[in-house]
Amino acid sequence: MIFRPARRFTKMSLKAFHLIFVTLLTALAFGCAAWAFQSGSVLWGATAIVAGIFVILYGIYFLKKLKKISYL
Amino acid sequence: MEIPYTVQARPDTGLYNAKLGIWLFLASEVMLFGGLFSAYVLLRVGAEPGMWPHGWLNVTLGTVNTLLLALSAITTLLAWAACKVRDFTKFKIFHACTILLALTFLGIKSYEYHDKLIHYEIKLNNGTFADGHLVEKSADFDLAKKTGTVTLHGHIVTDEKELMDLRSPEAQAAKHEEVIVAATDIKSMGNYGPRHNTFTAIYFTLTGLHALHILGGTLVIFYFWAFGGAMWKTDPERFTNRIEVSGLFWHFVDLVWIFLFPVLYLT
Repeated sequence: MIFRPARRFTKMSLKAFHLIFVTLLTALAFGCAAWAFQSGSVLWGATAIVAGIFVILYGIYFLKKLKKISYL
Repeated sequence: MEIPYTVQARPDTGLYNAKLGIWLFLASEVMLFGGLFSAYVLLRVGAEPGMWPHGWLNVTLGTVNTLLLALSAITTLLAWAACKVRDFTKFKIFHACTILLALTFLGIKSYEYHDKLIHYEIKLNNGTFADGHLVEKSADFDLAKKTGTVTLHGHIVTDEKELMDLRSPEAQAAKHEEVIVAATDIKSMGNYGPRHNTFTAIYFTLTGLHALHILGGTLVIFYFWAFGGAMWKTDPERFTNRIEVSGLFWHFVDLVWIFLFPVLYLT
C-alpha cells in the first residue's frame, strides 16, 4: 500500500488557526461597530472601527513576522 | 519502547500524534458548544414576545474580556514562535503574559457572576415587582416565616416586561433608589442566577462551560511554563509540538468567546 501525504489544509497548524482567529476578530470588531452605530453610540462605533483596522494591520505584521514558519 | 510520531508527522495522516489528537478533541468540542448554541437559538425564538432580556450584561466588561482573550491568543502564538526559534526565555515571558491575561479574564467573569447573584427580582403581593441589587437583609429576615425586611438598590415596576429591555428609553430613564420591602409583602423572590429564567440559564451554562475551558487551558499552560524546562533540555522539538497543541486549544477557546460575546452581550 502506498501512503500519500495528506493535503496541506488537513495539517492545520497554530499559524493557520491564528490566521482564522484574526479574520474572525476583524469581523467581530466591524460587527461591533455596526451594532454601536445602530445603538446610537458613535464613540463606541469609531473605537470598534479603529480596533478592526488595528487587527488587520496586526494580521499583516503577523504574516510577515512568521513568514519563515510553515503553515504545516 | 519509543512511541512513534511524537515529533515527526505520520506519513498517512500527515500529522504527529498530539496534533491529530487535539483536532479530534476540538471536533468534539465544536459539537458540544454547537449543541449549546443551538439550545440558545431555540430558547430565544421560543420566548414569549417581549420576554427575552436585552442589555442585561455589561458590554464594557465583555469588551475588556474580548480584548484580554485576543491578546492572550497573540501571546500564545508568540510563545510557540519563540520555541520554534529556540528562545526559551521569550517563551517563558510570553506564556507568563498568557497566564496573567487568562486569570484577569476569570476575575472579571467572577465579578460579572457576583453582580448577577446579588441582583434580585421580588414579586410583591400587590402584583408589582421590586428589582435591584441587594443592599441588606435584616437580621430577622425569614421569607418562610414572613419576618423582617430586605433592602434593594433598584426600582419598582408594574409589569415584568419592563425589566426585560434595559436598553429601552423607559429603562434608561428609570430612577434607582433604595427600596425596602417587608417579608409580609413578598410573594416570591429570587436572584438572577441560573434558575431565574431561560436567558440566565443558558448564559451561565455557556459562559460557565467556557470559563472552565479557560481554567483548564490555563492549568495546562502553567504546567508547561513551570515544569517544561526538563523536556525543553532533552527534546525541544517535542516540547514545541506540545506548545502548539496547547495553543490550538487556547485559540479554540478564544474563538468560542468571539461567538459568545456578540450573541450574549450585544443582542
